Amino acid sequence: MEHTDLLVDWSRAQFALTALYHWLFVPLTLGLTFIVAIMETIYVKTGDPKWKTTTKYWMGLLAINFAIGLATGIIMEFEFGTNWSNYSWIVGDIFGAPLAIEGLMAFFMESTFFAVMFFGWEKVSKKMHLTSTWLVAIGSNLSALWILIANGWMQHPVGMHFNPDTARNEMQNFSEVIFNPNAVSKFLHTVSSGYVLASLFVLGISAWYMLKKRDIAFARRSAIVASSFGLIASLYLVTTGDQSAHDVALTQPMKLAAMEGLYDGEKRAGIIAFGVLNSAKTISNDLDPFIASVEIPGALSFLGYHNINAFVPGINDLMNGNNKRGIISIPEKMKLGKIAVASLGAYKNFKKAKDTEHAAEALKVFQAHQKYMGYGYLKKPEDAVPSIALSFYSFHTMVGLGSWFIILFIISLYYTMTHEMHNKRWLQYLALFTIPFGYVAQEAGWITAEAGRQPWAIQDLLPVGMATSNVATTSVMITFWLFAVLFTGLLIAEVKIMLTQIKSGPEGH
Amino acid sequence: MLPMETKIIHFFRSVYFLYYDGFINMKVGKTLWLLIAIKLFVMFAILKWLFFPDVLQERFDNDAQRGQYILQQLTQEK
Repeated sequence: MEHTDLLVDWSRAQFALTALYHWLFVPLTLGLTFIVAIMETIYVKTGDPKWKTTTKYWMGLLAINFAIGLATGIIMEFEFGTNWSNYSWIVGDIFGAPLAIEGLMAFFMESTFFAVMFFGWEKVSKKMHLTSTWLVAIGSNLSALWILIANGWMQHPVGMHFNPDTARNEMQNFSEVIFNPNAVSKFLHTVSSGYVLASLFVLGISAWYMLKKRDIAFARRSAIVASSFGLIASLYLVTTGDQSAHDVALTQPMKLAAMEGLYDGEKRAGIIAFGVLNSAKTISNDLDPFIASVEIPGALSFLGYHNINAFVPGINDLMNGNNKRGIISIPEKMKLGKIAVASLGAYKNFKKAKDTEHAAEALKVFQAHQKYMGYGYLKKPEDAVPSIALSFYSFHTMVGLGSWFIILFIISLYYTMTHEMHNKRWLQYLALFTIPFGYVAQEAGWITAEAGRQPWAIQDLLPVGMATSNVATTSVMITFWLFAVLFTGLLIAEVKIMLTQIKSGPEGH
Repeated sequence: MLPMETKIIHFFRSVYFLYYDGFINMKVGKTLWLLIAIKLFVMFAILKWLFFPDVLQERFDNDAQRGQYILQQLTQEK
């Protein structure tokens, strides 16, 4: 069997499907654990049993989300072994440690502190229970840390050494891997987005109670916590997003250019606040990239490099090279990459023939060109450019919605603090209907990060076409649809159980 | 003061009853556990077993062979 574009596309589609479904459940757990911990803290501090009822209610919804989402991520591990075996082998040593820590941490945390949190209300002291709730919140977020360290490494591989004898990356510096700037900013941005989603969820459901004119005091209590936590989290999200964009600018300039539809690099580059891409625009023509756009001058330079006058390379600069800026063209990188691939092959063959002298020479050539290795597998230079439309629209959807969430939290916090939210039906409707947009923003963020870094499975080193296994395309297609059915079933189950619980209200728990 | 042995027994009894009472008194939790059990069964007993073999584990006997195969792929040798 040969690697075909169709096989790669289906393998990618399947991974995207499972990751996107998995990501419907995870961020709510990340944020809701903190919200219930805050609510329970208020209960323990005040001794007011109404806060206990409030905490238990949201804990119930957390349990539903947790149970339905549980193990949906394991499917991705199946896929690593079957569809992405080349990739799994090559990254094995780097991924092994973080994922093993994540597995152990998740198991011990979930089997102990989760149990105390759900079953221990009348069995342990208030303080012990509160400690368990906080440990669940911290633990679930730390669990995400290890996954995002692994992901950050794929976006910016550091702290490793490629062993040409085993074809595996070996960890050289664990602290470089865990303190990889991309991993740190990715972790902070991802978990804080989870806090925002959970706040929107709590605020929206509280608004529903207000619309139904039932459990108003409970809804107000919940809305205050959701609005204040949501506002803090969404403002923090802006700073982590800024750091994330800075890291992308430094290590994945093509992704940044695609996210902004920037073809020609410039100083004082602007951010497109709103834009409609011109579908006729390609790298090889001079058409305007946008049919319509509103730009904020200098903002992209500032976002990417924290300097309003900084030069931001565009897709054309990265494709054709820019001597003045020290940017090597993609065709040149492809040439260097092919030298890396050929010298690795030569090293292997000399080693097999026990010709140590020539093997050492070939290895030197390989190591000198290794950082371009991935480009050696590209069929044409255009393959180095991700989908501009997907990157641009997903990024702008995420940012646009994120801005809306800040406004919503400011308004809702004001009206909850002035005891007026239960009279503002327009605000209740806005809060309720914003819940799905919280999920849209989450998924758009994932697409920006993952589709925007194409064609790379490991940035600059391994394109997705080389990362896939030689398996039958039909088998990947079948499992794609099996997952689509399974996950849709789980989603329907979640929504149904959630709705039943929500309708039963805080006293029905 | 209770002897250490009694304290340990008491601790494990408490842990046992934490879980036992928790599971017995669950309401919506029972549906969730059923759902989790079905889901894990479908994932591990059907999907993993039928559709998701570990390709390199199945095709090769040892890591040396696996490494050689991947090197062959990376160097694009037929």
